[in-house]
Amino acid sequence: MAQHEITLKINGAKKSASVESRLLLVHFLRESLSMTGTHIGCDTTHCGACTVLMDGEPVKSCTVLAVQADGHSLTTVEGLEQGGKLHPIQNGFWQEHGLQCGYCTPGMLMTTSALLERNPDPSEEEIREAISGNLCRCTGYVNIIKSVQHAAAAIAAQAQPSPEA
Amino acid sequence: MIPASFDYHSPHTLEEAIGLLQSHPDDAKVLSGGQSLLPLLKLRLGSVGHLVDIGRIPGLSYLREEDGFLLIGGCTRESALERSELIRTRYPLLFDTAGVIADPLVRNLATVGGNLAHGDPANDHPATMLALRAEVVATGPGGRRVIPIDDFFDGLFSTALAPGDILTEIRIPVPAARTGGAYQKLERKVGDFATAASAVQLTLDLEGKVSKAGIGLTNAGPTPVRAKDAEAYLTGKWPNDEAIAEASRLAGAAAQPSADRRGTVEYKQQMARILCGRAIEIAIDRALNPLEPKGN
Repeated sequence: MAQHEITLKINGAKKSASVESRLLLVHFLRESLSMTGTHIGCDTTHCGACTVLMDGEPVKSCTVLAVQADGHSLTTVEGLEQGGKLHPIQNGFWQEHGLQCGYCTPGMLMTTSALLERNPDPSEEEIREAISGNLCRCTGYVNIIKSVQHAAAAIAAQAQPSPEA
Repeated sequence: MIPASFDYHSPHTLEEAIGLLQSHPDDAKVLSGGQSLLPLLKLRLGSVGHLVDIGRIPGLSYLREEDGFLLIGGCTRESALERSELIRTRYPLLFDTAGVIADPLVRNLATVGGNLAHGDPANDHPATMLALRAEVVATGPGGRRVIPIDDFFDGLFSTALAPGDILTEIRIPVPAARTGGAYQKLERKVGDFATAASAVQLTLDLEGKVSKAGIGLTNAGPTPVRAKDAEAYLTGKWPNDEAIAEASRLAGAAAQPSADRRGTVEYKQQMARILCGRAIEIAIDRALNPLEPKGN
């Protein structure tokens, strides 16, 4: 039962730990680090509730070994909020009622974060394609898409210098 | 779900990786993107003593044309195919295929080499590589050897790779002028394996007749299927409605799927036929109207 020393960055902070070979990244986050924002949904690589960003790309953390993340940089849902202020993506989901039970939300937020980083003004089709690996069983996709659009507009508005400036 | 216990190795060179595989000949598996292997280990459909992660070996992820071949490094992610202008414009069959494998999150980790080495006839790249007449490069204790794709899949989850081998490269002949391809897949939902799917690569001569045809079928038997009768029938013909219908019929007849929750044998054969016909039509259109790279 081999142990491995790993060092990685999570939401900008360096973490080191000793992990068993078979420990999955999602269990490392939730159980070893008590970062329970990342959810375990299906546990079979289908639902995307466990989505985190690894070097900026959204991946399913139930299908990555913690030891594979050694040396990489992770962003989890806990990394979105800054200084007590919701991220525009979180705000978008709040404003547009992009969740009912909230179980899929951490994954949806992380996938949206990577989408908007790559494509700041996605079409509805591009949003649907991007979140096609994230399942919402409250059938809230219509509002989730509105939430992503709300976030995209808010981020674009932030980037524009205000008229008074 | 937690996999049964194993040891994990992350070699930094191919030689080291091959050495590790050799020292555990019956009990080691190569870990590439992990998107097939880790679910399998989690579900305990399999177990392994040693995982040899090739993801940290530099130089196994690339896409480039060289000496008449498109070279794809074994560890190239599916998402890299989706984002490549070279693939989008020159290899539309590959571009189509990469875009329908599993889901976008899985494709950020899944690798082309892993998709083939897994030997699953339900995976999408095998049919595509059959249609493209690809070659697979295996690097093992005896060095590098090139395996034609027709000799690669030898059974359900079984390939020509020997225990010490690592799939390091896929080689696809650069398409001739007036070549087009398409992949058509029917899936119940994003992320499911194909109910049926067809990969088609066609080259037209100057008159517009088919001079070369490659047709592969996904999830149509214990190994990926190359629809040889359909290919032979189409070659040398004008690709009119009648010829497309007959080629598709032959492709459907080559499908030997098994019944499951996705459908009956008859339904899947009909779907293979229909999807083959659609893929042929799109391939012809693309052969006649090639795409230009964006932003050049």
